[in-house]
Amino acid sequence: MASNGTLNSAIPSGPLADKWTKHKNESKLINPANKRKYSVIVVGSGLAGGAAAATLSELGYQVKCFCYQDSPRRAHSIAAQGGINASKNYQNDGDSVWRLFYDTIKGGDFRSREANVHRLAEVSGNIIDQCVAQGVPFAREYGGLLDNRSFGGAQVSRTFYARGQTGQQLLIGCYQALEKEISRGGVQMFPRTEMLDLVVVNGHAKGIIVRDLVTGEISRHAADTVILATGGYGNVFYLSTNAMGCNVMAAFRAHKRGAYFANPCYTQIHPTCIPVSGDYQSKLTLMSESLRNDGRIWVPKSKEDAAVIRAGQKTAADIPEDARDYYLERKYPSFGNLAPRDISSRSAKEACDEGRGVASTGLGVFLDFRDAIARLGKDTIEARYGNLFEMYAKIAGADPYTSPMMIYPAVHYTMGGLWVDYNLMSNLPGLHVLGEANFSDHGANRLGASALMQGLADGYFVIPTTLPNYLAGETPGSVTTADPAFDEAETAVRERTSKLLSIQGKRTVDSFHRELGLLVWDKCGMARTKEGLEEAIAKIPAIREEFWQNVRVPGDGDNLNAELEKAGRVADFLEFGELMCYDALDREESCGGHFREEYQFTEDDEAVKSGYTNPGEAMRRDDEFCHVSAWESTGVGNKPKLHKEKLEFESVKLSVRSYK
Amino acid sequence: MNLTLKVWRQKNPTDHGRIETYEARDIPSEASFLEMLDIVNERIIETGGEPIHFDHDCREGICGTCSLTINGVPHSKERGITTCQVHMRKFRDGDTIWIEPFRAKAFPIVRDLVVDRSSFDRIIAAGGYISVRTGSAQDANSLPVGKVEADEAFDAAACIGCGACVASCKNASAMLFVGAKAAHLNLLPQGKPEKDRRVLAMVRQMDAEGFGNCTNQYECEAVCPKSISADVIGKLNRDFAQAAVKEAVS
Repeated sequence: MASNGTLNSAIPSGPLADKWTKHKNESKLINPANKRKYSVIVVGSGLAGGAAAATLSELGYQVKCFCYQDSPRRAHSIAAQGGINASKNYQNDGDSVWRLFYDTIKGGDFRSREANVHRLAEVSGNIIDQCVAQGVPFAREYGGLLDNRSFGGAQVSRTFYARGQTGQQLLIGCYQALEKEISRGGVQMFPRTEMLDLVVVNGHAKGIIVRDLVTGEISRHAADTVILATGGYGNVFYLSTNAMGCNVMAAFRAHKRGAYFANPCYTQIHPTCIPVSGDYQSKLTLMSESLRNDGRIWVPKSKEDAAVIRAGQKTAADIPEDARDYYLERKYPSFGNLAPRDISSRSAKEACDEGRGVASTGLGVFLDFRDAIARLGKDTIEARYGNLFEMYAKIAGADPYTSPMMIYPAVHYTMGGLWVDYNLMSNLPGLHVLGEANFSDHGANRLGASALMQGLADGYFVIPTTLPNYLAGETPGSVTTADPAFDEAETAVRERTSKLLSIQGKRTVDSFHRELGLLVWDKCGMARTKEGLEEAIAKIPAIREEFWQNVRVPGDGDNLNAELEKAGRVADFLEFGELMCYDALDREESCGGHFREEYQFTEDDEAVKSGYTNPGEAMRRDDEFCHVSAWESTGVGNKPKLHKEKLEFESVKLSVRSYK
Repeated sequence: MNLTLKVWRQKNPTDHGRIETYEARDIPSEASFLEMLDIVNERIIETGGEPIHFDHDCREGICGTCSLTINGVPHSKERGITTCQVHMRKFRDGDTIWIEPFRAKAFPIVRDLVVDRSSFDRIIAAGGYISVRTGSAQDANSLPVGKVEADEAFDAAACIGCGACVASCKNASAMLFVGAKAAHLNLLPQGKPEKDRRVLAMVRQMDAEGFGNCTNQYECEAVCPKSISADVIGKLNRDFAQAAVKEAVS
């Protein structure tokens, strides 16, 4: 394992397609009578955590599962709309494990691990089988078989969906499996409970300190291993499509206890969200990428037309066909409106930066169903997207059947996360990290309908196989909460909570969060520069210092106290934001969701002259940056220490990503 | 816009609780209802008070966390939406708005507008699942499900477990919630083997939690943010009667 700062990814040897099979055959086993002696802590109850908790309980482990929500059914996986990928090839359109693997590697801009991604593609089909057996009501054709749709970054239809509620239906299936295990006594569930620290005993993760959010009680939990499935850190930007409670605390606490944080600068900006309308706004709403199957994205060709639309003097209908720029179809004729997310988002930003945005703020483009309604009829469009159209109408106050939607990119998902090896174990032995909280499968950009796939793959199929590789070497129950490491961690948690409550300054927690969010969105959002990142790294510590002197957290620690919860989360974002900027500054290339303005294709580049790619596209620098950047914490305010895991590509050839 | 809010405040489960009045000034009409409360809360905190606690998370109508009774109606009088999807443009300048929690014996108040709905989790744990172990499933397409059946199951599966059905019911009955889950699973071929056991266990748990009986007023259907049809209640009654008879004669 990690020693002397080197990272061992523990990737099995042998041909790519055989690695997972070989690893399964060679992984350690724990016999059924012994499994019940081992205890497992799972933090998070979304697709990854819920699936892991339910499955490990089925296998016989004693599981404790924690979530901050009032019920495990409310984890943010529920909000995923569009679908889940699997290489079933039910459509007979040439799909295969290899193609799903390759599309995911390419979509991630060649910054993910081949072996992990191939495993993901291999188990994708099992996920669909499992979910159908649980009663997940995927969309079906009249013959009774499962239906598929297309998603960005793929030329086959491999996405399984459940109207616009795929995440909800998958999570409810997973939640029901979890409740089944709770009732059987295999899982002890702790809702409305937040992890405030990780406990490390002799270098191994052996427990957590939690706060009961209702009573304020702080308590200790020890186990033979800890699994974090706590989602992403998109809320560092304040405005994102994440749920209000999503936060980086559990992962960041683990980072401060020694776990490396990998590729934090890889953040995904989703192209189809409802634009920001004012500074009172608390969150942004995503409109499913599936809309891009039938919706056409455009802005007026001329700035003048855009200006009169913004002023409300003209509408989309007043702009004739030849005055419209369907810019994705123009720039990427093979993929058109289904170009990957990073590319679609940047194209929208470019159009708006050129003064051709159509929302009143200037930051919005049209997503137009006029042609699809004319071709397929309103009923078909309603059957496909009815609930999404309704959602849009409620929020934006306009009817998408008669006038185009307005959309703009927003922070949606984070590809970076805690570093893990092939067994999904962090450099801290005993700490396992699943789902969005780890960094492993999506590289620098995640394709649509792949988040649900990864969460469930990790929880249902990977961790049950790989966990014994760690546990078999451990004596069950060898660490208890009486260990001095628990005293130290609990004391630290209590001191931090008292400190937050005692400052009684003048500014609200949200005001600090908004200030941080605006800064990182501006300097570490859709486009980044060296100067901008250096500016952010200089400014964040000042915001953090003011926070610790001037924040006002009302109430006490002995009751439900929403402001206290938020304060702890924002305090961690104020450190994490700096880490994200350090990573973005260090990575002097553009790849996927990480776009450094200094590194882009220009008219002078051969790939542009030959027509292979367009000027303005992300330019990777494989010679220097074909690695995972895994950061070690060196304390608040200090530059973190970089460790590199070189990415070896044995089966695919690195190429300039082209979706033309 | 300017509004007067009449809000239920209750410090903890044992506190008596009372309605307090707040003036909400200069609220943008584009704001959502919860963003209006955010604005009010920031002002309360800045002036030394304790903010109004309310449950919320995804703020896009799917997680089922938000749970306010607005002017006497769970999730407001607008149909087919959750609290977080209510927008201020639906109110008029100068309105007085009454904001209360989802009230029911089986949903004890935690603080202010936050209630404990863990009784719903216990009903699901009693039988709201299909007993399949991870890894034991056959190929997904080996079990065709007719589109009509699948769609009917889906309509029931759309339930987000918010509890508005209970809060709207004068008996605080959970029949729509339980009926929706039973219909979702009982209609599918995968769920048929456990159908009888499921309805008996879920209904008995529902009764044990202190939910009332259904007297066919259908307030639940009217406030359901996912517009789940009260037909699932009739189906639940039929399924329960069949299962109970079988149990009695076996």
